[in-house]
Amino acid sequence: MLAAIIALSIMAAVFGLLLGYAAVRFKVDSDPLVDKIDALLPQTQCGQCTYPGCRPYAEAIARGEADINQCPPGGEATIIALADLLGRDPKPLNPENGVEEDVKTVVEIDEQLCIGCTLCIQACPVDAILGAPKQMHTVIRDECTGCDLCIPPCPVDCINIVPLEPDLKHWKWPPPPDPLETLEEEAS
Amino acid sequence: MRRLFQFHGGVHLKEHKKDATVQPVQPARLPKQLVLPLQQHIGEPAEPIVKPGDKVLKGQLIARPGNTVSAPVHASSSGTVTAITDHPVSHPSHLNAPCIIIDTDGEERWITNKPAVANYHQLTPEEIRQHVRDAGIVGMGGAGFPSHIKLNPDDHVVDTLILNGAECEPYITCDEMLLRERALEVIVGLRIMRYALQAKRCIIGVENNKPKAIRALDEQVRNTGADFIEVVPVPTVYPTGGEKQLIQVLTGKEVPAGGLPMDIGVVCHNVGTAYAVYRAIEFGEPLISRYVTIAGSVAHARNLEVLIGTPVIDLIEECGGNPNTLSRVILGGPMMGIALHDVRIPATKTTNCVLVNSTIGDVPLASRGKAAMPCIRCGLCAAACPVDLLPQQLYWYAHAKDFDRIQDFHLFDCIECGCCDYVCPSHLPLVHYYRYAKTEIWALQEERRHADIARQRHQFREQRLEREKREKQERHKKKRAALKPAGDKADEAKKAAIQAAMERAKAKREAAQPKNVDNLTPEQQAKIREAEARRAQGKTEQQDNTP
Repeated sequence: MLAAIIALSIMAAVFGLLLGYAAVRFKVDSDPLVDKIDALLPQTQCGQCTYPGCRPYAEAIARGEADINQCPPGGEATIIALADLLGRDPKPLNPENGVEEDVKTVVEIDEQLCIGCTLCIQACPVDAILGAPKQMHTVIRDECTGCDLCIPPCPVDCINIVPLEPDLKHWKWPPPPDPLETLEEEAS
Repeated sequence: MRRLFQFHGGVHLKEHKKDATVQPVQPARLPKQLVLPLQQHIGEPAEPIVKPGDKVLKGQLIARPGNTVSAPVHASSSGTVTAITDHPVSHPSHLNAPCIIIDTDGEERWITNKPAVANYHQLTPEEIRQHVRDAGIVGMGGAGFPSHIKLNPDDHVVDTLILNGAECEPYITCDEMLLRERALEVIVGLRIMRYALQAKRCIIGVENNKPKAIRALDEQVRNTGADFIEVVPVPTVYPTGGEKQLIQVLTGKEVPAGGLPMDIGVVCHNVGTAYAVYRAIEFGEPLISRYVTIAGSVAHARNLEVLIGTPVIDLIEECGGNPNTLSRVILGGPMMGIALHDVRIPATKTTNCVLVNSTIGDVPLASRGKAAMPCIRCGLCAAACPVDLLPQQLYWYAHAKDFDRIQDFHLFDCIECGCCDYVCPSHLPLVHYYRYAKTEIWALQEERRHADIARQRHQFREQRLEREKREKQERHKKKRAALKPAGDKADEAKKAAIQAAMERAKAKREAAQPKNVDNLTPEQQAKIREAEARRAQGKTEQQDNTP
């Protein structure tokens, strides 16, 4: 009896030390979950999720503060990917955060109207607007994420949203008609 | 007799090849207008070097290649450039693409400085590749990959150069007619290619439903005494003409997934490409025309030698097709071709066939009318797949938009041949599903790439803002410090600094020694002593004089 108690105590102590050592030795500095979530977000940095950027939103999801359906630019695809990663059920996009746009957009500055106030430059989360005080500004189209954050600060309302036209290189095949749906249509 | 191998699956199709092979090939009528797309190949589009109003000659360079993986475009006939504008092209998106439009003058005047060579052996393989590139030659079997890249062995050893004359799709007969009529030229082209690749041996693979072509080739091989060339009839099964399938049939080797034929020591070119290489090297002619089959419901189905850029409607009219009754025109074969939305679309370097209203026969067409029914999991598609994939699984994952899982089932090894589509009893548009999934995956990858850049830029901006804030604070602190009244501490520091400076000066003075005082003669020593004595006296006198 006594021998068993002693043996178990020693084993508990040894394993405890081992675990304690492993916890110190293999400590992970940053939270890998946050990185994984961040990698799935569209990086528009638009703030529609109510957090000031994609990474803060990722951190909030990881902490359990935010739900996975608050990202309108990512839309359904992002929600499904997040649900997959976190082992949750996908749910529809929260309409309070916005609606998913079908067509991707970017912004364009009407250079005739621009007065060179630099307010949009300060608002752009990805430094995609080029310009200097009292010089007209322009949007670097390739870098624009379509977050529209530059539009409210503009005092002369010279920034317009333009849809990205599909070109031959980026054209996608439309999804084929669903055979089940055509069957149902015929039945009804 | 060479031992042949088999690929998995495949289907037997009605050939429909007789009609267009009766008449010999003739040059097509010169069209009033030529439409030359800047992108007729895989890779970067070419960049135009002419402007509207320019007069151009036949064979003149009008657009130069964008980068390495690109091909130039030449004027197919002489005339005037009227516009460089967006024009309908053969693409499933029905989008327009930039084209150079030339109004022909009917004179067919050639450029005068054709870089012709008498004997290709005078050139190095590198020079041959350069000629091929300058001639704008691309893979003429349909894919349109710039040929000079496929003629470069790099650090591979090319064992076998295969010439693809299989032409397995129904209706298409342009390669067959080329082999029948220009067998010698094709063989010379093949020899030039072999020289460029330094390949050991050559095989010309031709489906055994083209006995006349095989006979013509055999005869020419015998005549030229090229014992390293072997003409091999291969069984007629669709899609034997697929590059990887033909390689498998002829060599028994499979091209690894995601790899190139070069990886297993094989290079495969189309017979039309060999002919174009021959024209480019022996006559210095760029690729400005090709054989095209016009088949289907036209009065005279036949093959024509067509100038690149000829509108499809001109070809249909020349072959007696009624432009008012066109319901469906397909560019390419019935299995893999693209249904045209506009008959003004031009024939390009990769156009092998114009198929008019072809509802004849049992061939499934690019846009067939039958309604799709649900998949019944019969497995016929898996039996037919020449790449040995599981089309049914691919279909379900594409349907469910599970784009990760579908790649585990090797979606990107699918060659879109349409065999699964053809055998499917539910008439599911399977290839459409795979094309849809492929473009979706490419778009997702593009989006990811964009997102990564956006993330980097955002992080950089955050860091920059942080740094600017810190710098501002520091500047602010310094200004505050400068404004403070000079206290004792500052005074002391100043005094200490002055003291230190004075000490430094003193040390320097003491350290200074008269130069050139070594090795003096006794007389000089005496003089110096005298002078010093005078100086000392002077000093004492001065001191005495000062009150």
